[in-house]
Amino acid sequence: MSNRLIDLQHITKIYDGHKVLDDLNLYFNENKFLTLLGPSGCGKTTTLRILGGFETPDEGRVIFNGEDITNLPPNKRTLNTVFQKYALFTHMNIAENIAFGLKISGKSKAYIDDKIKYALKLVNLDGYEKRMPDSLSGGQQQRIAIARAIVNEPKVLLLDEPLGALDLKLRQEMQYELIRMKNELGITFIYVTHDQEEALTMSDTIVVMNQGYIQQIGSPEDIYNEPTNAFVADFIGDSNIFPGTMVEDKVVKIFDTIFPCVDTGFGHNKPVDVVIRPEDVELGKPGKGTVDGVVSHQIFKGVHYEMEVTACGQEWLVQSTKMHPVGEHVSIFVDPFNIQIMNKPESEDEEAVVLDV
Amino acid sequence: MYKKSLSYPYLVWAAAFIIIPLLFIVYYGLTDRSGAFTLENLMAITTAEHSKALFLSLLLSLVSTAICLLLAYPLALILSNSKLGRSGFIIFLFILPMWMNFLLRTLAWVVLLDTNGVLDTLFKTLGLPRFKIINTPAAIVFGMVYDFLPFMILPIYNVISKIDINVINAARDLGANSFQTLYKVIFPLSLPGVISGITMVFVPSLTTFVISTLLGGGKILLIGNVIEQEFMKGTSWHVGSGLSLVLMLFIIISMVLSSKYDNGEGNVL
Repeated sequence: MSNRLIDLQHITKIYDGHKVLDDLNLYFNENKFLTLLGPSGCGKTTTLRILGGFETPDEGRVIFNGEDITNLPPNKRTLNTVFQKYALFTHMNIAENIAFGLKISGKSKAYIDDKIKYALKLVNLDGYEKRMPDSLSGGQQQRIAIARAIVNEPKVLLLDEPLGALDLKLRQEMQYELIRMKNELGITFIYVTHDQEEALTMSDTIVVMNQGYIQQIGSPEDIYNEPTNAFVADFIGDSNIFPGTMVEDKVVKIFDTIFPCVDTGFGHNKPVDVVIRPEDVELGKPGKGTVDGVVSHQIFKGVHYEMEVTACGQEWLVQSTKMHPVGEHVSIFVDPFNIQIMNKPESEDEEAVVLDV
Repeated sequence: MYKKSLSYPYLVWAAAFIIIPLLFIVYYGLTDRSGAFTLENLMAITTAEHSKALFLSLLLSLVSTAICLLLAYPLALILSNSKLGRSGFIIFLFILPMWMNFLLRTLAWVVLLDTNGVLDTLFKTLGLPRFKIINTPAAIVFGMVYDFLPFMILPIYNVISKIDINVINAARDLGANSFQTLYKVIFPLSLPGVISGITMVFVPSLTTFVISTLLGGGKILLIGNVIEQEFMKGTSWHVGSGLSLVLMLFIIISMVLSSKYDNGEGNVL
């Protein structure tokens, strides 16, 4: 409880009669890299904007350091935001951009100059003081946007899909940069993205959101290995999600084929969702596995081959370093430990599990 | 890209209707009736009557440009921030008078401001103090502001409404209050539009003779009126051209001053 830096309590936000956030409860700890992850329209950006003060929730409270800041305007909050499209001041040079917040708060010139130097060093752009934003590449502009935010020594840095406009290579570089900066600064990063790979790479904690509800909160490993529902399983990485029946403890039936698993406590003959990661499906000689099938598609993806195998009348997505050509008869085997069983949501609403963390 | 030859008709146009007439003006301006070279036509501006007209023109143009800016900027700011404004309807309303004949719009002001005109009668009926505006410089300023205001609103509105909302949010995020955001971020970013607007109001105001004729009652001479008389009343094409060249110089100066601040993004018309 004591180290809760930000506490969102019962946040509801409605746009044009549509509930973007519905009774959201979430807290953020100090000095963590936390990611809000979800598809567009899931409410992640709205959550960030409420934190930054650009939106006021229709219901609920935002507690920051024990104080209610729900109705405080952005300029009175000790959080800073890094915007998606950099939002640099194009009429000012880099030094003036970075100095903006410091000048407003009335810092001395010597202090400001020191801070500019420090910030440019941190983002690896020493000597760029006199350049204009337009003359910088997208990646450089984003670094300046980060520098401009962090010189104000915010307790929390809010990042709204900051790498969205960068190309893949640069994005991967910036991911490591952001982790380094977060560790050097020792402040909380709250990061919004729809890119699950970004979230898995950088986060201490991931909050998976969908349709205004939190689906799951956990470490990247938890979220990937133990998704709590089919949505999370589907959104994070590739998955085979099959409807199945939990025959009894540790036995699940998928399309009339019995698979041993390790899950217990679902009851008898209960319909469930079964999630199997494509890299956990092992292919072998026909008759040697749990069920036989035929390879229907095969593509090379660099580190592995991706294949589709038709078995039990369904397509199984399989990733393997060993290639099986289209038309080959194979068997499918899955380690019981790698079969994830989850309750079927009875309605859309039930997918919104109330999480008490 | 495009064939160079496609530009030839425009070059012919420019030569026939821009370059050649300009050369005629320069020729008339720098010669006397016998065709001999002289600077007298340019120096004609130094006569008391002419320099007074030029000074008054500059003054009234500056005043009406300033009033237009003061009226247009807040309007553009409010419109670019509101749902109603973004729908373009209010802007459309402000632009609408431009669809009507310029002369008619100015004549309407005569009817409004005239002695025993609409306003005068209204003031008289209400028992309010009556004051005479028609045939004064104030009436001319009224006319200029009314006629040229849309040219100030449009470029400023265009530039402000194109400012990324996140840039404004960023200023707020970094601690700037509304006023600081306005003068440190929004205003500097809208400068190209302001400069365009100033140019587009100042230049026609400086050269107008219709507004001053109609609302000044022929008693107030602006430089435009002087030049008009030189040509239309058959006094001297040479002196008229000379004065035109002097006026052109002032316009060029004002354009150069503006372009120093203009990065070319705000030129919408």
